Amino acid sequence: MTNAYLVFDDGRIFEGQSWAATGKTFGEAVFQTGMTGYQETLTDPSYRKQIVIMTAPHIGNTGVNKEDNESEKIWVAGFVVRNPSSLSSNWRSYQSLESELIEQEVIGIQGVDTRAITRHIRDRGAMRVGIFSDLNLSREEMVVEVRKIPAMAGSNLVEDVSTKKSYIVEPIGAKRFVIAALDLGIKKATPKALAERGVQVHVLPFNSTVEQILSIKPDGVFLSNGPGDPSTMGDVVETVRALLLEEIPIFGICFGHQILGRALGFETYKLAFGHRGINQPVMDKVSGKVEITAHNHGFAVQAPIDMEFSTVYGRGEVTHFCLNDGVVEGLALLERPAFSVQYHPEAAAGPHDAAYLFDRFVELMMKSKQVIA
Amino acid sequence: MPLDPSIKSVLVIGSGPIVIGQACEFDYSGTQACRVLRAEGIRVILINSNPATIMTDPEFADATFIEPITPEIIEKIIVQEKPDAVLATLGGQTALNAAIALFERGTLSKYGTRLIGADVEAIHRGENRELFREIVEKVGGESAKSRICHTMEQIIAAVAELNYPVVVRPSFTMGGLGSGIAFDEPELRQIAGAGLRHSPTSEVLLEESIIGWKEYELEVMRDHKDNVVIVCSIENLDPMGVHTGDSITVAPAMTLTDLEYQKLRDLSIEIIREVGVETGGCNIQYAVNPANGRIIVIEMNPRVSRSSALASKATGFPIAKIATKLAIGYTLDEIQNDITKVTPASFEPTLDYVVVKVPRFAFEKFADADPRLTTTMKSVGEAMAIGRSFSEALMKALRSLERKEAIFSWPAVSNVELKDLISAMKTPTEYRLQQVQKAMWAGATIEEIHAATKIDPWYLHQIKLINEQARLIAQPGEFTERLLRKAKNDGFSDAQIGSLRNTSEEEIRSLRHRLSVRPVYKTVDTCAAEFEAFTPYFYSSYEEENEVGLRTNPAVIILGSGPNRIGQGIEFDYSCVHASFALRDAGYDTIMINCNPETVSTDYDTSSRLYFEPLTLEDVLEVIHAETQAGPVLGVITQLGGQTPLGLAAALKANGVTILGTSPEAINLAEERGAFGKVLQEQSLKAPQFGMASTQLEAQSIAQNIGYPVLVRPSFVLGGRGMEIVYDDDSLAGFITRATQITPDHPVLVDRFLDNAIEIDVDALYDGNELFLGGIMEHIEEAGVHSGDSACVLPSLTITSDQRKEIRVATEKIASGVGVRGLINIQFAIEHKVLYVLEANPRASRTVPFVSKATGVALAKAAAMISVGKSISQLRSLGMLPTKGDGETHGISVKEAVLPWNRFRRTDGRGVDAVLGPEMRSTGEVMGIAPTFGESYAKSQIASFGPLPKSGTVFISLADKDKASGIEPSKGFAALGFRILATDGTAQYLRTRGLTPTTVRKNSEGTGPLGEKTIVEMMNNGEIDLVINTPVGRGTREDGWAIRTAAIQRSIPCITTIAGFSAAVQGIRFLQGSTLSIKSLQKWLA
Repeated sequence: MTNAYLVFDDGRIFEGQSWAATGKTFGEAVFQTGMTGYQETLTDPSYRKQIVIMTAPHIGNTGVNKEDNESEKIWVAGFVVRNPSSLSSNWRSYQSLESELIEQEVIGIQGVDTRAITRHIRDRGAMRVGIFSDLNLSREEMVVEVRKIPAMAGSNLVEDVSTKKSYIVEPIGAKRFVIAALDLGIKKATPKALAERGVQVHVLPFNSTVEQILSIKPDGVFLSNGPGDPSTMGDVVETVRALLLEEIPIFGICFGHQILGRALGFETYKLAFGHRGINQPVMDKVSGKVEITAHNHGFAVQAPIDMEFSTVYGRGEVTHFCLNDGVVEGLALLERPAFSVQYHPEAAAGPHDAAYLFDRFVELMMKSKQVIA
Repeated sequence: MPLDPSIKSVLVIGSGPIVIGQACEFDYSGTQACRVLRAEGIRVILINSNPATIMTDPEFADATFIEPITPEIIEKIIVQEKPDAVLATLGGQTALNAAIALFERGTLSKYGTRLIGADVEAIHRGENRELFREIVEKVGGESAKSRICHTMEQIIAAVAELNYPVVVRPSFTMGGLGSGIAFDEPELRQIAGAGLRHSPTSEVLLEESIIGWKEYELEVMRDHKDNVVIVCSIENLDPMGVHTGDSITVAPAMTLTDLEYQKLRDLSIEIIREVGVETGGCNIQYAVNPANGRIIVIEMNPRVSRSSALASKATGFPIAKIATKLAIGYTLDEIQNDITKVTPASFEPTLDYVVVKVPRFAFEKFADADPRLTTTMKSVGEAMAIGRSFSEALMKALRSLERKEAIFSWPAVSNVELKDLISAMKTPTEYRLQQVQKAMWAGATIEEIHAATKIDPWYLHQIKLINEQARLIAQPGEFTERLLRKAKNDGFSDAQIGSLRNTSEEEIRSLRHRLSVRPVYKTVDTCAAEFEAFTPYFYSSYEEENEVGLRTNPAVIILGSGPNRIGQGIEFDYSCVHASFALRDAGYDTIMINCNPETVSTDYDTSSRLYFEPLTLEDVLEVIHAETQAGPVLGVITQLGGQTPLGLAAALKANGVTILGTSPEAINLAEERGAFGKVLQEQSLKAPQFGMASTQLEAQSIAQNIGYPVLVRPSFVLGGRGMEIVYDDDSLAGFITRATQITPDHPVLVDRFLDNAIEIDVDALYDGNELFLGGIMEHIEEAGVHSGDSACVLPSLTITSDQRKEIRVATEKIASGVGVRGLINIQFAIEHKVLYVLEANPRASRTVPFVSKATGVALAKAAAMISVGKSISQLRSLGMLPTKGDGETHGISVKEAVLPWNRFRRTDGRGVDAVLGPEMRSTGEVMGIAPTFGESYAKSQIASFGPLPKSGTVFISLADKDKASGIEPSKGFAALGFRILATDGTAQYLRTRGLTPTTVRKNSEGTGPLGEKTIVEMMNNGEIDLVINTPVGRGTREDGWAIRTAAIQRSIPCITTIAGFSAAVQGIRFLQGSTLSIKSLQKWLA
């Protein structure tokens, strides 16, 4: 265990000890407030090029298991924890978190005041950050290196995480619907949640054309979560606009929600420090009820919350907003079958309060089929 | 929907006296409820029999009834006050049971009052085991296999299917009363037999054993729009088999993956919906099989619970406050999070720290009690600590217990000892974790310890890391800053480091300060720093960034009283809270330090700043340092929190801290026997003859000189710990051996015991110039019964006005002789018209709240003001004290102690003896207030023990010394129409005085030849309505013990003193002639 440094682009440096892989790594500093679910966080493609600071002080207690990965690999650019556990206690665990991180060459740092770091990000907003361990660099040299990396705003990262080849997730039980899921950084829990509802999910590369999408004769199209700045996704936005004209039911989550928002003509913007946690209260404007939801977003859609809006695809409205800060969390078209949420109904990690949204998607497809029939 | 406009007045039901399983957490929740309701402009009507609560302060309700919590009394209150609604979910099981009784009597419908917070159907679904099991099944959960039984035959039949060991749970009892684990049939018969009796519905549940599984609790809240949030997850370090109240618990859960946690969360939400808790909080307990994750739903409490208080303190999410708002119509999203100000209460707190709660037991008070921890709760209090790691929180929590044995130490352990430790830890007892730590220190592996205890390996690994750290600390050579910092990071105290380095705590502290290794303070903010926190609720950690903000206002630091224990409970918290209120009102910032999660003092609303920290010298000095850096600090108040802060006063002063109020020197003058003797001598006051002995021989010669019986005790104790009345050399010798083991540094005091004296308790204020006498209380039990266990009456009824004057003069002399600035409590005895001073305590006493309620004078508030320099005459003109004279009573108030006999059993399963003595054993108290002594005594008995019989059969068995004085009350019972039974000796004596008792066989005589039953058999048959049994000295005889334990188990009122016997006559006479009256405290004091 050697000294390690967490270096912010504003020059603030936190000293801790090396952990997991050593060396240097860079990314956008984001804090994650979930008390459970570090394995799901690590393997969530939306964390591409982000260094994740866990606010929960003990991480790794339950080790790593085979079932809870949200994708094929760990995506975070670096991992910051206060007290990593060297012992894994869980019947499903097959190895320790540190071993897993070392195998996947993920650089970490431990023993830092993660609360102070979180407060720093909260007060200063999103920043670039680097972890340096086992290196002979002066403080100035480290800060200079951090300042060289590109900011998250303007980053196109979807290509890095999207599948290169399409694949199919088969429904559990009888096949009721077929959908195309545009992989912008999809998590495993999403196709699983759909499969459980009798949906055959064709996961397609992010840059699939409208023709490719329509070729599978989808009952609906799903726009997944993903990393980076939605404003860089011009082509995907155009694809979605074309699909909207086809009147195929569309459901977007997280990054997919931002894409739908842009397709409807709204701007997206970068939040000061984002929502990343599994305790975020979201108001469903229709039912008047609150959902506790899993969030992971640094950008948001700029749309009017208090009134209907009109788009080239007809009227629409904001369906959900975050009770903490009023950020738009859900959109729906009123005259076409398309809706989206900024958060994660598939949870993993996180509460299952919003799972009903998958049912809503299924209902939409059902109605749409009836209309066609 | 916001506030329901149809609710204009609410009756809040409190939880009554502090008992094991139901402690001051319900004062915390009830106080929050009252505050919320009043802030909404709702008229608050309150019933609670416990005077030592903040909620029963007259300013917390519009009409406060300090009355027994019975359906009859509540009905009277409803008739008189006509509340629109009744809120019963914040007063523990007592309030919930009262609400069910009101519903069943038809009271609620008759008077058009509705229950808010939970309806009776929901309560039934939550508490009735069969209904609850159906619900669990319906939502796709699993319950342990079980059978409901109503008779012993059913029980024996059921166990054939379930196999041993089997868990026994009586229905509708609190704190797991009467439940246990049976490993064979005799154990089953005993545990289940008691369970059938304790259950109000004579119902017990037998259940497959899931001992050793991981145990979790989730705190859930729901509003009427069906929004549900999980406030907190709590993991028990002690696996299934130990009651959660007796377990070391950790928040948040440490050893669950998200997948598993979400399963518990989903189940919780489904269950609260299905049970139909419309609004408010509940807690649901789960067992998880560590081998495969199988989840068993154990039970739910459809109300605010002890765990809710813990969860509130652990997260900063005030469950009771929010439950109250939900009950009157708000929804979670309409309620603001106090801490962040900008976010709503409809969220789930996330923690960036670890909370550890440890139980505090009182087995030393019940020498023959079974020390094994089971599913019946036995602890009397708890301490909580917060740290940025589990080890930091755990080490802080253990030192918060104020028990040497609880703190980890690292002695050499032999192989034989190691074997013993491993075998001992298989049975959970008070110090199991310490056994674990020592065994691992001696080389035991995680696997070995896990096999013995089933404690999750993650926790064992943490203990291992602590031990490894200890080894590094103990290594000879330089003690580097890095190592010191790491040790503090892991929670090691200066004292622990000192002992590992063979140096003193002070040396380590000064080294630490030289190196500037000091704790920072972090905020409990509900959101892991995602949003700014506006509530200064702090805990220490050896981290980088300090969050304590600067102040400009002068601050007063108040030290709380730590975990509840017998002898130091809610009464002291009451005084600390009062000080904080008074000083805040007077414009000071108040800073509270305490580690007891159950209390009002650790509510972040109580003081300007709250530090959740252990009350040790080190931890307190660091807070003082941090606050001194933050702004002006006037000093520290140590006289209100009982012995804990008082014990710190001298050392704080030696470290340069200003002690406000009575000085440490004055404290010493009162507590140190020799010095106090001189004060008395100078003032020409009498004390019982006494001597101080440092050897056994010396003690004997003193005792012989004074004459037996003598009262012996170690010095510097609270609650009469280790105090005993001895009648001869032998028992004296026996005591010395035990007592000197308790406190080796202090000598033993030998006092003449005043056999037939009246004992008097006085609470007074002194400012150096003027005395304000709060009240003169007369004990109902005679001398020899600890004042904390004795009933007392205010005003005193037998002393003359000359004696009253004499007491006042003596009080003033002592207060001035000792140098008191603030509160003083003095115990006097009057024997043969001579006034003796028994002891003086220059601090808030246990009776301060009682006196304050009875006289309407807030003594602790006044004491706090005296501490910061106000004089009594100034306080009079400020209206905090009466404009002239002393405290005046309104009506006659009786305080009665509540004893936990029914909680403890011997290892053979039979009850522990229920005899009062000089050692305090009560956990709480009640107050009865009425125009006459008879009525107020009757109220106090009903509130503490249940109804007194109005007619029927009284059994009388008197010790020889009590026979003469027992004649009058015996005649009294005859005149009241009671049938009198007595054992042979007592019967013969009574006959000589014209009474006609029936002789009954003693237990030891066995059943007679013609089937004549023994007294114990008759009691078990329900033929006896009241028991009078006065014991002979200490060392109780088998017969008396059998009678008293049978009474406890059968819930038959049992009186063990002549004074209590006489008082009972007056109480019953009143009850025969009239019904109990009710009157609010506000009207009494008007």
